[in-house]
Amino acid sequence: MNSVLIQGHPGIGPKATGLALVADDNFSARYDLNRIEGVFSRPAHKLFGQAYVGKILVLNIAKGGVATAWMLHEMASRGMAPAALLLNYANPIIAQGAAFGGIALVDRFDVNITARIITGDTVSVDPATGEVIVSVAQPA
Amino acid sequence: MKLNAFEQAMRAGEMGAARQRAIEQQIQVGRFFDAEDFVEVVQAHIMADTESLGEAGVRFLEELAAEPESDNRVCIPTITDPRGADFNTFERIRHDPAYVELERRADQAFRALGILMTDTCINYQTILPPVRGEHLAMGDTGVVIYSNSVFGARTNYEGGPSALAAALTGRTPRYGFHLDEMRRGTRLFRVEQQPTDWSQWGALGGFIGREMGSYYDVPVLDGITSPPGSDDLKHFGAAMASFGSTALFHMIGVTPEAPDLATVFANPVPPARAIKAKDITDFFASYAMPDDALDVVVFAAPQLSLFELDRLAGLLQGQQIHADVSLLIATSPENKRAAERMGLDARISKSGAILMEGVCFYQMHARELGEANGWKRLMTNSAKLVNIIGGYGYEPMLADMERCVASAIAGRIV
Repeated sequence: MNSVLIQGHPGIGPKATGLALVADDNFSARYDLNRIEGVFSRPAHKLFGQAYVGKILVLNIAKGGVATAWMLHEMASRGMAPAALLLNYANPIIAQGAAFGGIALVDRFDVNITARIITGDTVSVDPATGEVIVSVAQPA
Repeated sequence: MKLNAFEQAMRAGEMGAARQRAIEQQIQVGRFFDAEDFVEVVQAHIMADTESLGEAGVRFLEELAAEPESDNRVCIPTITDPRGADFNTFERIRHDPAYVELERRADQAFRALGILMTDTCINYQTILPPVRGEHLAMGDTGVVIYSNSVFGARTNYEGGPSALAAALTGRTPRYGFHLDEMRRGTRLFRVEQQPTDWSQWGALGGFIGREMGSYYDVPVLDGITSPPGSDDLKHFGAAMASFGSTALFHMIGVTPEAPDLATVFANPVPPARAIKAKDITDFFASYAMPDDALDVVVFAAPQLSLFELDRLAGLLQGQQIHADVSLLIATSPENKRAAERMGLDARISKSGAILMEGVCFYQMHARELGEANGWKRLMTNSAKLVNIIGGYGYEPMLADMERCVASAIAGRIV
């Protein structure tokens, strides 16, 4: 395995590790998700139909409204939340939701995070330092 | 973050556990955005519909409500965004009674905290308009963008838990749109054809919102030739905020911080992006339907003003909504009472339309309502709503109010 360190701004929430789910698209819990089934439900979203529960969700920016602040907490209470959120740019709602829901969040990386991580990579996130370690399986 | 003596005491728990938890949560957010300190706020507005709260969120509020009154009462005037169920009309729209019960529990918990149940996203039209320079903790994107842009007040997006924290502490981290330097324009748009209808204003806002790259982008509009009305700016701002996560815009010659281009841009004025009539036509076309099937027409997002209700009552006068279509309208409790006093409610209801109060369509389990009523094809004049509701399983179409009403009467898209 090769490991790559990506540096973001110090974030919010506990350490997290999981498989990445990545798209060059944006994020709102209300607009984009079927939170009962744990899948992206907005037809126009690049992750439409994909399951996000337990994943390290890697997207571009936070968009949409304020509901995500409550919804991350609600999703976590049912064990239906992503393990962490990595965004190029968060907005206040995502930060407030991560603080209230206890979900790992890091943003403002030194690279375009959606181009640097590939779906299926194993990713470890340390919000206290803003460090993200990506483990990539070496080609056979 | 620098904390003053009062804030340090609050953090140490001297003002109770609830305020201690609230300020700890705010410090996390403040550090995330590199806030240097807190700023006192004079009003909070909480979005907490039960669809967002869920059982976990309602339990959180009930536990807070059970704490000693000295600990849990809000310390600044605090009001609410639309709720998750209308206790008067829920049976007519087959709203699951379990959700209505959840709403009753949340409502009781909020009242125990001293929160004023205004249940509205148009508080700037109906409750207490902000004043330029006031620092606020507003919890609805449409309220935030209107307060910042049209009034020159100062607020970030404050999601439900965050607005509640501000209500308990009386302050919020000083970052984002509380700071002078963040309120300058970053992008310039030149409008070549001014909108003439609420849905067109929404489409213009949605078009600009799609262009925004982050929360901190501040679009500036030039080329507006006559001042838009409050409902125009309501649809415009709400759609821009919804599509763009945008919290502030400036309109040259219209909004208070934008007398001219030189004032609004800190740096040299960037080149303007022209918005042509075709851009708006294309925006509408992106929500066109391949056939004329129709299930439900919705006027909401934001809640309707008294003037919008008046126009709607005029269009529905002496008409009957088609038996195969539902027509739903959402307004604030204040406007509902006014509509009753002025005879608008009677004219609207006689047509078969359902006038709901204190709710908004997308905040009341729209997916389940669609399944219970067989609603899929939805028509609205709200650009904000077409942006949101696709994720709930609907096929949304955007059109002006007159065409929406005509379609509801015909039973098909006309």
